[in-house]
Amino acid sequence: MSDIPTNLKYASSHEWVNVEGDTAIIGISDHAQDELTELVFIELPEIGRELTAGDPCAVVESVKTASDIYAPVSGRVIETNDALDTEPGTVNEDPYGDGWFFKIHLANPKELDDLLSPDDYGEQVNV
Amino acid sequence: MEKNGLKRTALFETHTALDARMVQFSGWEMPLLYSGIAQEHRSVREAAGLFDISHMGEFQFDGPDALEFLNHILSNDLAKLEPDSGQYSLLCQDNGGVIDDLYAYRLGQDRYLLIVNASRLEVDWMWIKAQCNSNSKSLQLEMTNRSGELSALALQGPKAAEIIAGVFPAAVELQKNQIAELDFSGATTWVSRTGYTGEDGFELVVPNERVVSLWKQFMSLGPALGLMPAGLGARDTLRTEAGYSLYGHELTAETTPIEASLGWAVALDKPDFIGRETLAAQKQNGVSRRCIGFKMTSKSAPPREHYKIFAADGTGREIGEVTSGMQSPSLGCGIGLGYVESAHAKSGTDIEIEIRNRRFLAQVVKRPIFRKLD
Repeated sequence: MSDIPTNLKYASSHEWVNVEGDTAIIGISDHAQDELTELVFIELPEIGRELTAGDPCAVVESVKTASDIYAPVSGRVIETNDALDTEPGTVNEDPYGDGWFFKIHLANPKELDDLLSPDDYGEQVNV
Repeated sequence: MEKNGLKRTALFETHTALDARMVQFSGWEMPLLYSGIAQEHRSVREAAGLFDISHMGEFQFDGPDALEFLNHILSNDLAKLEPDSGQYSLLCQDNGGVIDDLYAYRLGQDRYLLIVNASRLEVDWMWIKAQCNSNSKSLQLEMTNRSGELSALALQGPKAAEIIAGVFPAAVELQKNQIAELDFSGATTWVSRTGYTGEDGFELVVPNERVVSLWKQFMSLGPALGLMPAGLGARDTLRTEAGYSLYGHELTAETTPIEASLGWAVALDKPDFIGRETLAAQKQNGVSRRCIGFKMTSKSAPPREHYKIFAADGTGREIGEVTSGMQSPSLGCGIGLGYVESAHAKSGTDIEIEIRNRRFLAQVVKRPIFRKLD
Protein backbone atom coordinates (compact mmCIF):
# COMPACT_ATOMS: atom_id res chain seq x y z
CA MET A 1 0.00 0.00 0.00
CA SER A 2 1.41 3.34 -0.97
CA ASP A 3 1.26 6.51 1.09
CA ILE A 4 -1.58 8.93 0.14
CA PRO A 5 -1.64 12.05 2.36
CA THR A 6 -5.18 13.22 3.08
CA ASN A 7 -4.45 16.96 2.72
CA LEU A 8 -3.71 16.72 -1.02
CA LYS A 9 -5.67 16.34 -4.26
CA TYR A 10 -4.63 13.93 -7.00
CA ALA A 11 -4.75 13.53 -10.77
CA SER A 12 -5.53 10.11 -12.21
CA SER A 13 -2.14 10.44 -13.99
CA HIS A 14 -0.52 10.27 -10.49
CA GLU A 15 0.40 13.89 -9.80
CA TRP A 16 -0.51 15.47 -6.44
CA VAL A 17 -1.57 19.09 -5.87
CA ASN A 18 -1.20 21.06 -2.65
CA VAL A 19 -3.17 24.31 -2.77
CA GLU A 20 -2.01 27.36 -0.79
CA GLY A 21 -4.21 30.34 -1.68
CA ASP A 22 -3.86 30.87 -5.45
CA THR A 23 -0.67 28.84 -5.64
CA ALA A 24 -0.49 25.09 -6.25
CA ILE A 25 2.53 22.95 -5.42
CA ILE A 26 2.78 19.90 -7.67
CA GLY A 27 4.63 16.61 -7.41
CA ILE A 28 4.14 12.91 -8.11
CA SER A 29 2.58 10.35 -5.79
CA ASP A 30 4.34 7.71 -3.75
CA HIS A 31 2.69 5.11 -5.96
CA ALA A 32 4.09 6.82 -9.08
CA GLN A 33 7.66 7.01 -7.77
CA ASP A 34 7.48 3.35 -6.78
CA GLU A 35 6.21 2.33 -10.23
CA LEU A 36 8.83 4.43 -12.01
CA THR A 37 11.66 2.99 -9.87
CA GLU A 38 14.83 4.96 -9.07
CA LEU A 39 14.79 8.29 -10.87
CA VAL A 40 18.04 9.42 -12.45
CA PHE A 41 17.00 12.58 -14.31
CA ILE A 42 14.14 15.07 -14.08
CA GLU A 43 13.31 17.77 -16.60
CA LEU A 44 11.09 20.50 -15.15
CA PRO A 45 9.07 23.16 -17.01
CA GLU A 46 10.59 26.61 -17.46
CA ILE A 47 9.53 29.37 -15.08
CA GLY A 48 6.91 31.55 -16.72
CA ARG A 49 5.49 28.79 -18.91
CA GLU A 50 1.71 28.79 -19.10
CA LEU A 51 0.39 25.29 -18.58
CA THR A 52 -3.01 23.95 -19.50
CA ALA A 53 -4.40 21.06 -17.44
CA GLY A 54 -3.37 17.84 -19.14
CA ASP A 55 -0.24 19.26 -20.83
CA PRO A 56 2.87 17.11 -20.64
CA CYS A 57 5.12 19.50 -18.70
CA ALA A 58 7.95 17.50 -17.14
CA VAL A 59 9.87 14.32 -17.89
CA VAL A 60 11.09 11.83 -15.33
CA GLU A 61 13.70 9.29 -16.30
CA SER A 62 14.44 6.08 -14.44
CA VAL A 63 17.41 3.88 -15.28
CA LYS A 64 15.29 2.16 -17.91
CA THR A 65 12.60 4.53 -19.21
CA ALA A 66 11.44 8.09 -19.74
CA SER A 67 7.91 9.09 -18.67
CA ASP A 68 5.89 12.29 -19.08
CA ILE A 69 4.39 14.16 -16.15
CA TYR A 70 1.19 16.10 -16.87
CA ALA A 71 -0.06 19.41 -15.50
CA PRO A 72 -2.96 18.48 -13.17
CA VAL A 73 -4.36 22.05 -13.34
CA SER A 74 -3.79 25.13 -15.50
CA GLY A 75 -1.53 28.03 -14.53
CA ARG A 76 1.80 29.81 -14.87
CA VAL A 77 4.93 28.16 -13.52
CA ILE A 78 6.36 30.42 -10.78
CA GLU A 79 8.99 28.22 -9.13
CA THR A 80 10.74 24.90 -9.81
CA ASN A 81 12.56 22.55 -7.44
CA ASP A 82 16.09 22.98 -8.79
CA ALA A 83 17.52 20.60 -6.16
CA LEU A 84 16.09 17.73 -8.26
CA ASP A 85 18.60 18.62 -10.95
CA THR A 86 21.42 17.13 -8.90
CA GLU A 87 19.40 14.84 -6.61
CA PRO A 88 16.54 13.30 -8.63
CA GLY A 89 16.40 10.40 -6.14
CA THR A 90 14.82 12.82 -3.62
CA VAL A 91 11.52 12.12 -5.40
CA ASN A 92 11.82 8.43 -4.51
CA GLU A 93 12.73 9.20 -0.89
CA ASP A 94 10.30 12.02 -0.15
CA PRO A 95 7.70 12.38 -2.94
CA TYR A 96 5.37 14.65 -0.92
CA GLY A 97 8.07 16.78 0.73
CA ASP A 98 11.52 17.64 -0.64
CA GLY A 99 10.64 15.80 -3.85
CA TRP A 100 8.09 18.43 -5.04
CA PHE A 101 8.38 19.40 -8.72
CA PHE A 102 7.09 22.95 -9.32
CA LYS A 103 4.65 25.64 -8.20
CA ILE A 104 2.07 27.33 -10.39
CA HIS A 105 -0.14 30.37 -10.08
CA LEU A 106 -3.59 28.87 -10.58
CA ALA A 107 -5.38 30.13 -13.71
CA ASN A 108 -8.70 28.48 -12.95
CA PRO A 109 -9.19 27.31 -9.35
CA LYS A 110 -12.44 25.61 -10.38
CA GLU A 111 -10.34 22.90 -12.05
CA LEU A 112 -9.41 21.69 -8.56
CA ASP A 113 -12.90 20.19 -8.34
CA ASP A 114 -12.02 17.83 -11.20
CA LEU A 115 -9.16 16.27 -9.22
CA LEU A 116 -9.46 13.08 -7.16
CA SER A 117 -9.87 13.02 -3.42
CA PRO A 118 -7.31 10.95 -1.45
CA ASP A 119 -9.93 8.22 -1.05
CA ASP A 120 -10.75 8.10 -4.75
CA TYR A 121 -7.09 8.13 -5.72
CA GLY A 122 -6.44 5.37 -3.19
CA GLU A 123 -9.13 3.28 -4.82
CA GLN A 124 -7.52 3.83 -8.22
CA VAL A 125 -4.04 2.69 -7.20
CA ASN A 126 -4.70 0.07 -4.55
CA VAL A 127 -7.30 -2.13 -6.23
CA MET B 1 3.97 -23.32 -16.90
CA GLU B 2 1.71 -20.86 -18.70
CA LYS B 3 -0.76 -18.33 -17.37
CA ASN B 4 -2.69 -15.63 -19.31
CA GLY B 5 -0.69 -16.60 -22.39
CA LEU B 6 2.59 -15.81 -20.61
CA LYS B 7 5.11 -18.48 -19.71
CA ARG B 8 6.47 -18.74 -16.19
CA THR B 9 9.77 -20.23 -15.12
CA ALA B 10 9.99 -22.77 -12.31
CA LEU B 11 11.17 -19.88 -10.11
CA PHE B 12 8.01 -17.78 -10.57
CA GLU B 13 6.77 -18.28 -6.99
CA THR B 14 10.28 -17.65 -5.69
CA HIS B 15 10.30 -14.27 -7.45
CA THR B 16 6.87 -13.23 -6.24
CA ALA B 17 7.75 -14.29 -2.67
CA LEU B 18 10.71 -11.87 -2.97
CA ASP B 19 8.23 -9.16 -4.03
CA ALA B 20 9.83 -8.88 -7.47
CA ARG B 21 8.27 -6.57 -10.03
CA MET B 22 7.32 -8.86 -12.89
CA VAL B 23 7.24 -7.77 -16.54
CA GLN B 24 6.44 -9.34 -19.88
CA PHE B 25 9.54 -10.29 -21.81
CA SER B 26 9.46 -12.32 -25.04
CA GLY B 27 6.29 -14.13 -23.98
CA TRP B 28 7.55 -14.76 -20.45
CA GLU B 29 6.62 -13.23 -17.12
CA MET B 30 10.05 -12.36 -15.70
CA PRO B 31 11.41 -10.31 -12.78
CA LEU B 32 12.37 -6.76 -13.86
CA LEU B 33 13.74 -5.92 -10.44
CA TYR B 34 13.64 -6.94 -6.77
CA SER B 35 15.14 -4.14 -4.64
CA GLY B 36 16.01 -1.71 -7.45
CA ILE B 37 17.89 -1.78 -10.75
CA ALA B 38 20.79 0.45 -9.68
CA GLN B 39 21.25 -1.41 -6.39
CA GLU B 40 21.18 -4.83 -8.09
CA HIS B 41 23.56 -3.53 -10.74
CA ARG B 42 26.04 -2.35 -8.10
CA SER B 43 25.83 -5.65 -6.23
CA VAL B 44 26.93 -7.46 -9.40
CA ARG B 45 29.83 -5.02 -9.95
CA GLU B 46 30.94 -5.12 -6.31
CA ALA B 47 29.85 -8.53 -4.94
CA ALA B 48 27.44 -10.85 -6.80
CA GLY B 49 23.99 -11.13 -8.32
CA LEU B 50 21.79 -14.16 -9.04
CA PHE B 51 19.65 -14.08 -12.21
CA ASP B 52 16.90 -16.43 -13.36
CA ILE B 53 17.66 -16.99 -17.06
CA SER B 54 15.40 -20.02 -17.46
CA HIS B 55 13.60 -18.33 -20.34
CA MET B 56 16.66 -18.89 -22.53
CA GLY B 57 16.69 -21.91 -24.84
CA GLU B 58 18.89 -25.00 -24.82
CA PHE B 59 19.43 -27.07 -27.97
CA GLN B 60 21.46 -30.26 -27.76
CA PHE B 61 23.19 -31.88 -30.75
CA ASP B 62 24.59 -35.43 -30.65
CA GLY B 63 26.30 -37.48 -33.31
CA PRO B 64 29.39 -37.71 -35.51
CA ASP B 65 28.03 -35.08 -37.94
CA ALA B 66 27.15 -32.52 -35.25
CA LEU B 67 30.37 -30.53 -35.62
CA GLU B 68 30.19 -30.26 -39.39
CA PHE B 69 26.51 -29.33 -39.34
CA LEU B 70 26.85 -26.67 -36.65
CA ASN B 71 29.96 -25.22 -38.24
CA HIS B 72 27.93 -24.79 -41.44
CA ILE B 73 25.16 -22.79 -39.72
CA LEU B 74 27.22 -20.79 -37.19
CA SER B 75 29.64 -17.90 -37.84
CA ASN B 76 32.37 -18.79 -35.35
CA ASP B 77 34.60 -21.89 -35.70
CA LEU B 78 33.47 -24.68 -33.37
CA ALA B 79 36.37 -26.86 -34.55
CA LYS B 80 38.73 -24.51 -32.72
CA LEU B 81 37.01 -25.25 -29.41
CA GLU B 82 38.68 -27.52 -26.88
CA PRO B 83 36.25 -30.10 -25.48
CA ASP B 84 34.34 -28.74 -22.47
CA SER B 85 34.46 -25.12 -23.54
CA GLY B 86 32.24 -22.59 -25.27
CA GLN B 87 32.33 -19.61 -27.61
CA TYR B 88 30.12 -16.70 -28.65
CA SER B 89 28.69 -17.23 -32.12
CA LEU B 90 26.01 -16.02 -34.53
CA LEU B 91 23.34 -17.72 -36.56
CA CYS B 92 23.09 -15.86 -39.88
CA GLN B 93 20.94 -15.91 -43.00
CA ASP B 94 22.44 -16.27 -46.47
CA ASN B 95 22.61 -12.47 -46.76
CA GLY B 96 24.53 -12.24 -43.48
CA GLY B 97 21.56 -10.88 -41.50
CA VAL B 98 21.57 -12.11 -37.92
CA ILE B 99 18.93 -14.65 -36.85
CA ASP B 100 20.29 -14.85 -33.29
CA ASP B 101 23.42 -14.53 -31.22
CA LEU B 102 24.19 -17.43 -28.90
CA TYR B 103 26.73 -19.42 -26.93
CA ALA B 104 27.92 -22.72 -28.42
CA TYR B 105 29.52 -25.34 -26.15
CA ARG B 106 31.44 -28.46 -27.02
CA LEU B 107 30.45 -30.94 -24.31
CA GLY B 108 32.29 -33.98 -25.65
CA GLN B 109 33.63 -35.40 -28.88
CA ASP B 110 30.22 -35.54 -30.57
CA ARG B 111 27.99 -33.52 -28.26
CA TYR B 112 27.23 -29.81 -28.49
CA LEU B 113 24.95 -27.38 -26.68
CA LEU B 114 23.59 -24.06 -27.94
CA ILE B 115 22.14 -21.53 -25.51
CA VAL B 116 19.89 -19.10 -27.40
CA ASN B 117 17.77 -16.02 -26.69
CA ALA B 118 14.23 -16.56 -25.41
CA SER B 119 12.92 -14.06 -27.96
CA ARG B 120 14.40 -16.08 -30.84
CA LEU B 121 14.03 -19.65 -29.57
CA GLU B 122 11.27 -20.77 -31.91
CA VAL B 123 12.64 -18.96 -34.96
CA ASP B 124 16.08 -20.47 -34.31
CA TRP B 125 14.75 -23.98 -33.88
CA MET B 126 12.70 -23.84 -37.08
CA TRP B 127 15.66 -22.43 -39.01
CA ILE B 128 18.05 -25.08 -37.68
CA LYS B 129 15.61 -27.92 -38.45
CA ALA B 130 15.12 -26.55 -41.97
CA GLN B 131 18.88 -26.43 -42.55
CA CYS B 132 19.19 -30.01 -41.33
CA ASN B 133 16.37 -31.21 -43.59
CA SER B 134 17.76 -29.42 -46.64
CA ASN B 135 21.14 -31.08 -46.20
CA SER B 136 21.80 -33.30 -49.20
CA LYS B 137 23.35 -36.18 -47.32
CA SER B 138 21.63 -37.94 -44.47
CA LEU B 139 23.30 -36.69 -41.32
CA GLN B 140 24.22 -38.80 -38.32
CA LEU B 141 22.85 -36.21 -36.00
CA GLU B 142 20.26 -36.04 -33.26
CA MET B 143 18.89 -32.61 -32.35
CA THR B 144 16.89 -32.01 -29.18
CA ASN B 145 15.20 -28.83 -28.06
CA ARG B 146 15.56 -29.23 -24.28
CA SER B 147 14.33 -25.73 -23.41
CA GLY B 148 11.10 -26.96 -21.84
CA GLU B 149 12.74 -29.30 -19.32
CA LEU B 150 15.76 -27.19 -18.39
CA SER B 151 16.12 -24.09 -16.23
CA ALA B 152 19.11 -21.80 -15.96
CA LEU B 153 20.71 -19.40 -13.49
CA ALA B 154 23.48 -16.84 -13.89
CA LEU B 155 25.65 -16.16 -10.84
CA GLN B 156 27.69 -13.07 -11.68
CA GLY B 157 30.16 -10.79 -9.93
CA PRO B 158 33.58 -10.73 -8.26
CA LYS B 159 32.26 -12.90 -5.38
CA ALA B 160 30.62 -15.49 -7.67
CA ALA B 161 33.51 -17.97 -7.43
CA GLU B 162 33.53 -17.83 -3.65
CA ILE B 163 29.77 -18.44 -3.57
CA ILE B 164 29.70 -21.25 -6.14
CA ALA B 165 32.47 -23.06 -4.26
CA GLY B 166 29.93 -23.79 -1.51
CA VAL B 167 27.75 -25.78 -3.92
CA PHE B 168 30.11 -26.90 -6.70
CA PRO B 169 33.71 -26.92 -5.40
CA ALA B 170 34.94 -28.12 -8.83
CA ALA B 171 33.45 -25.09 -10.61
CA VAL B 172 36.14 -22.82 -9.16
CA GLU B 173 38.72 -24.63 -11.33
CA LEU B 174 36.94 -23.66 -14.55
CA GLN B 175 38.72 -21.13 -16.75
CA LYS B 176 36.80 -18.48 -18.66
CA ASN B 177 34.46 -20.10 -21.26
CA GLN B 178 34.99 -23.63 -19.89
CA ILE B 179 32.00 -25.83 -19.04
CA ALA B 180 31.69 -28.87 -16.77
CA GLU B 181 29.01 -31.46 -16.21
CA LEU B 182 28.59 -31.59 -12.42
CA ASP B 183 26.19 -33.30 -10.05
CA PHE B 184 23.59 -31.37 -8.08
CA SER B 185 21.72 -33.72 -5.71
CA GLY B 186 21.65 -36.44 -8.32
CA ALA B 187 20.86 -34.22 -11.31
CA THR B 188 23.23 -33.51 -14.15
CA THR B 189 24.09 -29.81 -14.13
CA TRP B 190 26.08 -27.86 -16.70
CA VAL B 191 28.20 -25.17 -15.09
CA SER B 192 30.12 -22.77 -17.32
CA ARG B 193 32.36 -19.83 -16.50
CA THR B 194 30.49 -17.40 -18.71
CA GLY B 195 28.04 -14.54 -18.46
CA TYR B 196 26.79 -11.36 -20.06
CA THR B 197 27.54 -8.77 -17.40
CA GLY B 198 31.22 -7.98 -17.95
CA GLU B 199 32.07 -9.61 -14.60
CA ASP B 200 33.53 -12.96 -13.64
CA GLY B 201 30.73 -15.46 -13.11
CA PHE B 202 28.97 -18.68 -13.94
CA GLU B 203 25.92 -19.88 -15.81
CA LEU B 204 24.20 -23.06 -14.64
CA VAL B 205 21.73 -25.27 -16.50
CA VAL B 206 19.66 -27.65 -14.35
CA PRO B 207 16.46 -29.69 -14.72
CA ASN B 208 13.36 -27.58 -13.89
CA GLU B 209 12.60 -29.58 -10.76
CA ARG B 210 15.97 -28.74 -9.19
CA VAL B 211 16.28 -25.03 -9.93
CA VAL B 212 14.35 -23.79 -6.89
CA SER B 213 16.56 -25.81 -4.59
CA LEU B 214 19.72 -24.57 -6.36
CA TRP B 215 18.51 -20.94 -6.14
CA LYS B 216 17.84 -21.43 -2.41
CA GLN B 217 21.29 -22.87 -1.82
CA PHE B 218 22.92 -19.84 -3.39
CA MET B 219 20.61 -17.48 -1.52
CA SER B 220 21.44 -19.15 1.78
CA LEU B 221 25.21 -18.96 1.21
CA GLY B 222 25.50 -15.78 -0.81
CA PRO B 223 23.99 -12.85 1.12
CA ALA B 224 26.86 -12.95 3.65
CA LEU B 225 29.11 -12.15 0.68
CA GLY B 226 26.79 -9.49 -0.72
CA LEU B 227 24.78 -11.65 -3.14
CA MET B 228 21.42 -10.22 -4.23
CA PRO B 229 18.79 -11.54 -6.62
CA ALA B 230 18.98 -9.43 -9.79
CA GLY B 231 16.38 -8.89 -12.51
CA LEU B 232 16.22 -8.13 -16.21
CA GLY B 233 16.65 -4.40 -15.55
CA ALA B 234 20.13 -4.85 -14.08
CA ARG B 235 20.93 -7.48 -16.68
CA ASP B 236 20.31 -4.86 -19.38
CA THR B 237 22.33 -2.06 -17.74
CA LEU B 238 25.22 -4.46 -17.02
CA ARG B 239 25.41 -5.80 -20.57
CA THR B 240 25.18 -2.30 -22.05
CA GLU B 241 28.04 -1.04 -19.86
CA ALA B 242 29.98 -4.12 -21.03
CA GLY B 243 29.15 -3.14 -24.63
CA TYR B 244 27.44 -6.44 -25.42
CA SER B 245 24.79 -6.65 -28.15
CA LEU B 246 21.20 -7.63 -27.48
CA TYR B 247 19.02 -9.23 -30.14
CA GLY B 248 16.24 -6.91 -31.28
CA HIS B 249 18.40 -3.89 -30.50
CA GLU B 250 21.94 -4.06 -31.90
CA LEU B 251 21.24 -7.30 -33.78
CA THR B 252 18.39 -7.93 -36.23
CA ALA B 253 17.86 -9.73 -39.53
CA GLU B 254 18.78 -6.39 -41.17
CA THR B 255 22.21 -6.16 -39.52
CA THR B 256 25.26 -8.33 -40.12
CA PRO B 257 27.91 -9.31 -37.55
CA ILE B 258 30.45 -7.14 -39.43
CA GLU B 259 28.22 -4.06 -39.11
CA ALA B 260 27.62 -5.01 -35.47
CA SER B 261 31.40 -4.89 -34.87
CA LEU B 262 31.34 -8.63 -34.08
CA GLY B 263 33.81 -9.62 -36.80
CA TRP B 264 35.87 -11.45 -34.15
CA ALA B 265 33.04 -14.02 -33.96
CA VAL B 266 33.06 -14.62 -37.73
CA ALA B 267 35.62 -17.27 -38.74
CA LEU B 268 36.21 -16.56 -42.43
CA ASP B 269 39.06 -19.08 -42.40
CA LYS B 270 36.78 -22.10 -41.85
CA PRO B 271 35.00 -24.07 -44.62
CA ASP B 272 31.89 -22.57 -46.17
CA PHE B 273 29.08 -21.51 -43.84
CA ILE B 274 25.75 -19.75 -44.26
CA GLY B 275 26.30 -16.03 -44.85
CA ARG B 276 30.02 -16.38 -45.56
CA GLU B 277 29.98 -14.73 -48.98
CA THR B 278 28.36 -11.49 -47.77
CA LEU B 279 30.40 -11.36 -44.59
CA ALA B 280 33.70 -11.92 -46.39
CA ALA B 281 32.86 -9.16 -48.89
CA GLN B 282 31.88 -6.79 -46.08
CA LYS B 283 35.05 -7.54 -44.18
CA GLN B 284 37.14 -6.88 -47.28
CA ASN B 285 35.30 -3.86 -48.69
CA GLY B 286 34.12 -2.32 -45.45
CA VAL B 287 30.57 -1.48 -44.38
CA SER B 288 28.67 1.81 -44.56
CA ARG B 289 27.58 1.76 -40.91
CA ARG B 290 28.93 0.25 -37.72
CA CYS B 291 27.77 -0.41 -34.19
CA ILE B 292 29.45 1.84 -31.63
CA GLY B 293 29.45 2.44 -27.89
CA PHE B 294 29.11 6.04 -26.71
CA LYS B 295 29.10 8.11 -23.56
CA MET B 296 27.32 11.44 -23.03
CA THR B 297 29.93 14.14 -22.46
CA SER B 298 27.49 16.96 -21.70
CA LYS B 299 24.88 16.97 -18.96
CA SER B 300 21.68 15.57 -20.41
CA ALA B 301 18.79 13.22 -19.91
CA PRO B 302 19.79 9.60 -20.63
CA PRO B 303 19.86 8.59 -24.30
CA ARG B 304 17.17 6.07 -25.30
CA GLU B 305 16.60 3.57 -28.08
CA HIS B 306 15.63 5.19 -31.46
CA TYR B 307 17.04 8.64 -30.55
CA LYS B 308 18.81 10.09 -33.59
CA ILE B 309 22.57 10.56 -33.79
CA PHE B 310 24.09 13.57 -35.57
CA ALA B 311 27.61 14.47 -36.68
CA ALA B 312 29.44 16.92 -34.44
CA ASP B 313 31.79 18.01 -37.25
CA GLY B 314 29.92 21.21 -38.03
CA THR B 315 27.72 19.70 -40.75
CA GLY B 316 24.99 18.70 -38.28
CA ARG B 317 24.10 15.76 -40.52
CA GLU B 318 22.04 12.83 -39.22
CA ILE B 319 24.42 9.86 -39.14
CA GLY B 320 22.65 7.15 -37.19
CA GLU B 321 20.40 5.93 -34.40
CA VAL B 322 20.67 4.74 -30.80
CA THR B 323 19.81 1.05 -30.34
CA SER B 324 20.25 0.84 -26.53
CA GLY B 325 20.50 3.78 -24.17
CA MET B 326 20.31 4.37 -20.45
CA GLN B 327 21.82 6.05 -17.43
CA SER B 328 24.90 4.02 -16.48
CA PRO B 329 24.67 3.10 -12.79
CA SER B 330 28.46 2.65 -12.65
CA LEU B 331 29.45 5.86 -14.46
CA GLY B 332 26.56 8.11 -13.42
CA CYS B 333 26.15 9.42 -16.97
CA GLY B 334 24.18 8.48 -20.07
CA ILE B 335 25.63 5.67 -22.19
CA GLY B 336 24.46 3.72 -25.16
CA LEU B 337 25.05 1.60 -28.22
CA GLY B 338 23.99 2.56 -31.70
CA TYR B 339 24.73 2.55 -35.40
CA VAL B 340 26.55 5.39 -37.16
CA GLU B 341 28.09 5.92 -40.60
CA SER B 342 31.46 4.20 -40.54
CA ALA B 343 33.40 7.47 -40.92
CA HIS B 344 32.14 8.45 -37.44
CA ALA B 345 32.67 5.08 -35.75
CA LYS B 346 36.23 5.57 -34.51
CA SER B 347 36.60 5.84 -30.73
CA GLY B 348 37.20 9.42 -29.64
CA THR B 349 34.90 10.86 -32.33
CA ASP B 350 32.47 13.49 -31.06
CA ILE B 351 28.81 12.91 -31.95
CA GLU B 352 25.51 14.46 -30.90
CA ILE B 353 22.41 12.71 -29.59
CA GLU B 354 19.02 14.33 -30.10
CA ILE B 355 16.97 14.19 -26.90
CA ARG B 356 13.50 15.77 -27.10
CA ASN B 357 14.46 18.12 -29.97
CA ARG B 358 17.75 19.29 -28.44
CA ARG B 359 21.17 17.92 -29.32
CA PHE B 360 23.70 16.92 -26.68
CA LEU B 361 27.37 16.16 -27.10
CA ALA B 362 28.56 12.56 -26.73
CA GLN B 363 31.71 10.66 -27.66
CA VAL B 364 32.30 7.31 -29.34
CA VAL B 365 34.15 5.08 -26.85
CA LYS B 366 35.84 1.70 -26.95
CA ARG B 367 33.88 -1.21 -25.55
CA PRO B 368 33.47 -2.14 -22.76
CA ILE B 369 31.99 1.30 -22.09
CA PHE B 370 32.61 0.78 -18.37
CA ARG B 371 35.86 -0.80 -17.28
CA LYS B 372 36.84 -1.35 -13.66
CA LEU B 373 40.08 0.21 -12.48
CA ASP B 374 42.60 -2.47 -11.54
